[in-house]
Amino acid sequence: MAEGKKGKVSQSGIDRRTFIKTTGIVTGSVLLGGFHFVPRVSAQETGPIKVGFPIPLTGPYGTEAKDQQAGAEMAVAEINASGGVLGRKVELLVRDDKLKADEAARRAKELIEGEKVHLMSGVLSASNQLAVNEQCKLHGVPFMSISQANEITMRPDNSIYTYHEALDPHQTTQAVGEHVAKKFGKRWYFLTSDYAYGWQMTDGFRRKGKEFKALDVGETKHPLGTSDYSSYMPRILSAKPDVLFINNFGKDQINAVKQATDFGLKKKMQIVCPILLMSSRMGGGHAPFDGVIGGGSFYWEMDHPSSKKFVAAFQKMHGRPPIDYAGYAYSGVMELLSGVNRAKSLDPEALAAAIEGRSYDNYKGKQWWRPCDHQSQQDVFIVKSKKGKGEYDVFQLVATVSGEKERLLRTCTEVGQDPNKPIRSGLIKK
Amino acid sequence: MEEWTAIVIQLFTGLSLGMLYVLLALGLSIVFGLLTVVNFAHGAMFMWGAYAGVSTLAITGNFWLALIAAPLVMGLYGLVVEKFLIRPLYGRDINYPLLLTFGLQFIMIEIVRIFWGTSDYPFAAPELLSQPVNVLDVFFFPSYRLFVIVLTVVICFLLWLFLERTNLGLIIRAGTRDPLMVRALGIDMSRIWWVVFGIGSALAGLAGILAAPIRSVFPEMGVAMLVECFVVVVVGGMGSLKGAILAGIIMGEASALTTLFYPQMADIVIFLVMAVVLLIRPSGLFGKAGLLE
Repeated sequence: MAEGKKGKVSQSGIDRRTFIKTTGIVTGSVLLGGFHFVPRVSAQETGPIKVGFPIPLTGPYGTEAKDQQAGAEMAVAEINASGGVLGRKVELLVRDDKLKADEAARRAKELIEGEKVHLMSGVLSASNQLAVNEQCKLHGVPFMSISQANEITMRPDNSIYTYHEALDPHQTTQAVGEHVAKKFGKRWYFLTSDYAYGWQMTDGFRRKGKEFKALDVGETKHPLGTSDYSSYMPRILSAKPDVLFINNFGKDQINAVKQATDFGLKKKMQIVCPILLMSSRMGGGHAPFDGVIGGGSFYWEMDHPSSKKFVAAFQKMHGRPPIDYAGYAYSGVMELLSGVNRAKSLDPEALAAAIEGRSYDNYKGKQWWRPCDHQSQQDVFIVKSKKGKGEYDVFQLVATVSGEKERLLRTCTEVGQDPNKPIRSGLIKK
Repeated sequence: MEEWTAIVIQLFTGLSLGMLYVLLALGLSIVFGLLTVVNFAHGAMFMWGAYAGVSTLAITGNFWLALIAAPLVMGLYGLVVEKFLIRPLYGRDINYPLLLTFGLQFIMIEIVRIFWGTSDYPFAAPELLSQPVNVLDVFFFPSYRLFVIVLTVVICFLLWLFLERTNLGLIIRAGTRDPLMVRALGIDMSRIWWVVFGIGSALAGLAGILAAPIRSVFPEMGVAMLVECFVVVVVGGMGSLKGAILAGIIMGEASALTTLFYPQMADIVIFLVMAVVLLIRPSGLFGKAGLLE
């Protein structure tokens, strides 16, 4: 008996220690930031151009992180093959941030101060992106963010150094919500993962729902990392929704969809996931996901010249087709590196000027860099899970929601910036 | 749906949730009761059971074969672990096997990461059990979960028969009470311990394959499960099989009912229940006081 208790106590002891360590580090860095005691790192003038790339290789998003790495490696290989950046070779420095914000901040700091990286990209999940972005802003290193977050392009987090290649929860929900409101019923229920990601998705769908007079018939919040959803099902069924939005990610999404199918929910309602990735669909299998609808930034079977080129090259290099996160990483790293080449300098203002307002098509169709917040404007694709012919033939592309004319983006004023000026906040004067 | 039907259905889902706890806690508890080994690799054995099932299914395409293979493979694995790793540590402090199994768990997780990768493996319930059953015309209950409930009840009954009605069971029960006396009667306890560790490990493997069609299969799937399982064993009383069964069901129900009324607490409620039980009965529901002092 006493042993069992001892086991438990030491368990919570570790937690507390980690907690103290974390708060210590956070407090410490806040203090340091407060004193402005940040050594200005001088970038190396010779040798390779270094790109820092912290990603959660271990942990629940490991599969997606590997695709981020694969995409970034491909961009670096392509740039190097065509002469590098400013005549120098490019080197990608991958680090594991274990999906922990404090770890991500530490890795970013090491990359900047120890390895003296010139540019930064990578990172998955909003809190980790914000932590890395904070380090990049402190040290004046341009950072290309490649996973979904609303805050990163918003005051006070955004800056001249911050770029966001990925979609954000706002764009995703506006696009998916619009499609769902037009095609399916008006009684909406939300199963929300109880942290920033889930909240922002649910808020976004509610906002879109109001436009179409959709009825919010209920919401259940579940803790992050829940593995059994069976006890949530009766409540959802009794609300009699037409549409169930499952606003979680990764393994949580697989488990929730799997169990919703087991409980026969699909017979009574349409299941919608804001982000439906090929990796989740393959991890869950065909039967649970059959007919589920979701949003995506990319799907490898897309019929578009730049996509076909990207997919063919990726398959040649990695032996399998890329998922959304490989696309983000490829395009994001490519934009940073080609931006430096166009600017003919690593100067952050020159780089910003070379990227802002630029239209480009790296892998999914036309995209555009909005100057006021460095958000990439792009189309959102609606995919439906199906039983395909091959192992990777898992989705049917049911619709393309256009992102033209900033229609899916928050306005510049909403994100705290001047619509008529490119973003220059946070610039460190040398 | 009326409030009472919602509660009845919720009780049902709680029962199916509790059954996985029961299976895992039984294995943990039987090993602790006899060997006083706190098996921290139990969660990893649960995970290996699932992977043994996934691999068997991939090769044979037959769920029922996988269902038999998983506990078999894990039972044999348990025999090997006991013989070569646990046995040299008998007679030492209880912390030695605890640390050993704690380390073993990480090795087992890493092995899976290396050979099977870190991604999830899809694992569907067999065709026969894939359709939900209509309950009271207001609710569907997955037939696979009903199957898990029934199978767990059968396993519990068989385990009870084994312990109460066979000679080996008699020796095991005697060994739990007074190993020294049993040895004085000329019985080789180390053989008994060997078999019991194998049974515990096989139960973990069985729980793993049963959980595979419900949850996703990935290398760290046993980690969270182990923590919950320890809570169940502690509440039931370390080493008590009755306690493991009762506590497993209580925890499943507590978790399900909390979800109905206040979902944000669903994660924490089992720890609250544990705190309350331990305040009232420090050795758990059926625990013997002083077993470890």
